[in-house]
Amino acid sequence: MDQESKAQRAPGFATLSVHAGAQPDPTTGARATPIYQTTSFVFDDVEHAAQLFGLQTFGNIYTRIGNPTCNVLEERVAALEGGTAALSVASGHAAQVNVFHLLMTPGDEFVAANKLYGGSINQFNHSFKAFGWNVRWADTNDISSFEKAITPKTKLIFIESIANPGGIVTDIEAIAKIAQKANIPLVVDNTLATPYLCRPFEFGADIIVHSATKFLGGHGNSIGGVLVDGGKFNWAGDDRYPMISKPRPEYQGIVMAETFGNFAFAIAARTLTLRDLGAALSPFNAFLIITGIETLPLRMQKHCDNALAVAKFLSTHKAVKWVSYAGLPNDPTHKLAQKYCPKGAGSVLTFGLKGGFDAGVKLVSDVQLFSHLANIGDTRSLIIHPASTTHRQLSDEQKVAAGAGPDVVRLSVGIEDVEDLIADLDQGLA
Amino acid sequence: MSHDNYDDAFIRGILDKVKTVAVVGASQGDDKPSMFVVKYLSERGYRVFPINPGRAGQLVAGVKAYARLADVPEPIDMVDVFRRSDAVPGVLDEVLALSPRPKIFWMQLGVRNDEAAARAEAAGMTVVMNRCPKIEYGRLSREIGWVGVNTRTLSSKKPQRLGSGVQRLQLGPGVAKPR
Repeated sequence: MDQESKAQRAPGFATLSVHAGAQPDPTTGARATPIYQTTSFVFDDVEHAAQLFGLQTFGNIYTRIGNPTCNVLEERVAALEGGTAALSVASGHAAQVNVFHLLMTPGDEFVAANKLYGGSINQFNHSFKAFGWNVRWADTNDISSFEKAITPKTKLIFIESIANPGGIVTDIEAIAKIAQKANIPLVVDNTLATPYLCRPFEFGADIIVHSATKFLGGHGNSIGGVLVDGGKFNWAGDDRYPMISKPRPEYQGIVMAETFGNFAFAIAARTLTLRDLGAALSPFNAFLIITGIETLPLRMQKHCDNALAVAKFLSTHKAVKWVSYAGLPNDPTHKLAQKYCPKGAGSVLTFGLKGGFDAGVKLVSDVQLFSHLANIGDTRSLIIHPASTTHRQLSDEQKVAAGAGPDVVRLSVGIEDVEDLIADLDQGLA
Repeated sequence: MSHDNYDDAFIRGILDKVKTVAVVGASQGDDKPSMFVVKYLSERGYRVFPINPGRAGQLVAGVKAYARLADVPEPIDMVDVFRRSDAVPGVLDEVLALSPRPKIFWMQLGVRNDEAAARAEAAGMTVVMNRCPKIEYGRLSREIGWVGVNTRTLSSKKPQRLGSGVQRLQLGPGVAKPR
């Protein structure tokens, strides 16, 4: 028995982007991931079926619970983030619902950063409130506000690594320390950064969520979400999180934390929440997102390089009052960007025009190459006015706190030739 | 050797060569992880002997149980321990009394006893701690990918099915060897 085996090499990020989770198909040898466009899977026999339903063996039963195409996406994102396991679901919002459903019970509280995608703010203020999951907002400009917001009912903290819409960076490690002190998990939405730019587990995050709709899929064609288990939070014996730590009646009394070790959270997410709430990802969408991820390193670098050039152009333009983008040297979170996403600050940024709201509306209408729509993270460059759309349902105060005041225009810079993007903005601002 | 991390080649070497596994601490209930391991391994071609004094002679997860390690009628290649870390030395004493001596002394997830490990290694055994053979087989065959787990392996080789099951795979070749 060779006990002196040479240390195993860890593959690089680009290699993982292409290969993690995938293997040629055993029956046909197909190299690209087959799209298993099937609802169900045959069993060997009654015994095999019983074992699958009892979680005693690994395999596929029904695409709501698991699908081999979706599995490739799950392992791919888990590997890229450095997590132990992942679950793909219908959308980023579904990933959030899934995470919260596992950790929160009615009457519980959670702390959330005030700098989030408007859709998340709505989800927390409205639908989650209806479940009895109560948000307490904290200010990323004042880290102590996170600690002050924690009460005995607090079950988790939620932040974005690079925050929507202003492309600013959150101090993940400082907030992770607060979460650890309170013995609650830190959930990080890493959508705008992707693991290419930022790996939140390395800074103390416990769970990561993605809207794979955005930069992961990268081509604006498929809605999808992924949640990733960091494998570090100690769920065992913690009465506050009964879905993971207590015997589950759904599975003859299995304790997820006991049976599945450091990927118990992801297994619970699949076998309890996804199974019962049903937000499954289409195998076809998973295929498109997997294909997008293969070029993630190349695309993200181009996105960042383009965004920095566009931000610099805007910051010196006579019609522009201010630009918010952590990649700019004088941005308040530039130092955080250098720490958390040294390769680049992403490609979502905001700016305000001297002509205010009206000038913003005119710009959105006059650009020819930028697409006016609600999305980020497409190959195509995108433009929108958040206050009247993505952040519309927030109070004026919340809008400003989120960086989505009435004069704010948001860009998601794509991977076109940057000279064309600058020319388009230039003529639109004229 | 360090027991904080194990190379895949090391674990694969063990799971490839072992044919008989005695599972110590194989508990009563169907919901217990030890039952899952007995079932999973026996369906992947290992001969598994659950050790449980309370169920000696009965079928446990479809396989006959024995009261003690010494009662197992075949040579045991690997002993898989589902006991608390402080109970491991007692188990090792029993293992060392067996003839022929098992080659592998494996402790389950959450079970780690460095002193017992050193004693087992001094007696010529190979030791694995804080790992589950079902999870490791699942990782290295990549079956565990079917529940979204990061196998931490890469391969461009076609996986080989194991026997006749629709979803049972052989242990894979795994990551490319270091250059």
